[in-house]
Amino acid sequence: MKVLTANTLSDGIAVWYSGSDWLRSINNAEIAADADAESRLTTIGALAYANNEVVDVNLIDIVVKDGKPHPTRLRERIRAEGPTIDYAGKSAAWGI
Amino acid sequence: MYRYDEFDRTFVSARVAEFRDQVERRLSGDLTEDQFRPLRLMNGVYLQLHAYMLRVAIPYGTLSSIQMRKLAHIARVYDRGYGHFTTRQNIQYNWPALKDMPAVLAELAEVEMHALQTSGNCIRNVTADHFAGVAADEIADPRPASEILRQWSSIHPEFSYLPRKFKIAVTGAPHDRAAIQVHDIGLQLVKNDKGELGFVVYVGGGQGRTPMVAKKIRDFLPEQDLLAYSTAILRVYNLEGRRDNKYKARIKILVHEMGTEELRQAVEAEFDQLKDSELKLPESDIRAIEAYFAMPNLLERAEGHGKLAADRKAHAGFSAWVNQNTVAHRHPDYRAVTVSLKPIGGIPGDASAEQMDLIADIAERYSADELRISHEQNIILPHVALADLKTIYDLLLPANLSTANSNLISDIIACPGLDYCALANARSITVAQKISERFADLGRQRDIGELKLKISGCINACGHHHVGHIGILGVEKRGEELYQITLGGSADENTSIGEIIGRGFGPDEITDAIETVVETYLKHRLSADEKFLDAYRRLGPAPFKDVLYAQSVAESMTNASL
Repeated sequence: MKVLTANTLSDGIAVWYSGSDWLRSINNAEIAADADAESRLTTIGALAYANNEVVDVNLIDIVVKDGKPHPTRLRERIRAEGPTIDYAGKSAAWGI
Repeated sequence: MYRYDEFDRTFVSARVAEFRDQVERRLSGDLTEDQFRPLRLMNGVYLQLHAYMLRVAIPYGTLSSIQMRKLAHIARVYDRGYGHFTTRQNIQYNWPALKDMPAVLAELAEVEMHALQTSGNCIRNVTADHFAGVAADEIADPRPASEILRQWSSIHPEFSYLPRKFKIAVTGAPHDRAAIQVHDIGLQLVKNDKGELGFVVYVGGGQGRTPMVAKKIRDFLPEQDLLAYSTAILRVYNLEGRRDNKYKARIKILVHEMGTEELRQAVEAEFDQLKDSELKLPESDIRAIEAYFAMPNLLERAEGHGKLAADRKAHAGFSAWVNQNTVAHRHPDYRAVTVSLKPIGGIPGDASAEQMDLIADIAERYSADELRISHEQNIILPHVALADLKTIYDLLLPANLSTANSNLISDIIACPGLDYCALANARSITVAQKISERFADLGRQRDIGELKLKISGCINACGHHHVGHIGILGVEKRGEELYQITLGGSADENTSIGEIIGRGFGPDEITDAIETVVETYLKHRLSADEKFLDAYRRLGPAPFKDVLYAQSVAESMTNASL
């Protein structure tokens, strides 16, 4: 299973495609469960890239845990959840 | 400190205006990402995992309090309230928006700073000894040469599209604190028999996936020939360096493949053509640049000797900090102070805007308005009167900036790693934090003595793991983080590349493994005076391997029998 992710062009923040919009959370990302769905997401990503909405567009592997997409690679989990460290501005930035 | 002249000001302002236009065209869609990427990189703008990252140059690591306050201001207004000081004496912001980038660069230009050539296949920010102009063992200040190189290399038309990036470091002291032998060009200031200044020239050092110690190609280069000789080296590299494979494109590979002697001859032949050209530096120009870096007018503060002795007697923590985090200054009434950005369990190199402002205030009042960033990711107050040390310590303490760990095991270099970096394979910061916490006891750290521990989250080696006395390299294996240990590296005048000690360790094992290495050293050292690196060079890897891997063999046998 895969979801579509990218970074917004204007501020660079990581986003995931929800089926209608690019959101800053992976939780509501549209999940592609077969090749056709993957192909559709790829097309949506390419279009958003061409329209200068997002950059660095990728389909990433996930599994579903507790009803939510969970990236299989650590890199993508860190992208989704933010740095794993308590950096100076983390509390404010992530609403902790 | 160097001050921009009219040319510098016009040039930097023009680049800000140019980039403002490029960003506007990108945001409006007139430029595609493919067209824009090289343009943003030329201005220090990367795209990382979570956001854009802006890398700001701090030439040879020197900055004023006004500049530091500006860095704090940018952190507060355009980022998330902090910045990360890097192993190349730069600062990185992890969250700036592309649309704000021109405003950030304009603010930087106001205080004579920029982000030019902090990326791309060009000559990068020239780095230098962080105790430049201060160190008691210095032959000459390396910053005038660094500034001359900065001016020469800024948008140098011939050297803006090199086979790969190119890094130059300069030291003015025989004890190398600038890691010059792991740079593309390393320069060491020396005096010849006649008392004239010049450089020992090293070429082809580097880390990354193919670590190499630089080769000496000149015992003495007269200072007026600095640009002619540098041009000769760059010209040979630009023509002969490989462009077919980015992993073999650095000058270290050219030196390796061509051979040191052949490369030296090619450089000397080119230099013969150039040495009497306009590249020969006029004496007056050298002295004019040198004047910018004159020692500030430091008042006699002889009362500090008695005061310091009394303060030390009264405050053990302060006394330990003076021992560990201050070094001799040329002026006997002063010392240079290392402000540790490595609190126990902290993020190496990170500073909040509030910390930056505090350090700027201290520098303005107590350090002749000067600061340095070290490649070891700490901040230096270069000119502190002995009489003011206690006051400064008391100001740093509540801001978590007074950890007395300079050159000890918790003074860890770590790259941003997988917490931020798009190239990383594994986290670095979390490993640094756990090791720092394991060795939290400063008494224990002092007993261990000088130990440089350096961590990289990928083979690009931004965390300098190859030259750590103990190096840790994070890799990804079967989707998991794995950490390889190297031992015996060093980045001083006796530079060596650390040896891989054996198979890697998981994130939950690496701290124990490091402790095992340290305990093995303590057990085998001849005395407390034999430092870790000296003991390793005497002992070799065997005793460390024996303990590290015997333990894991024993554990697996125990587990198997359960």
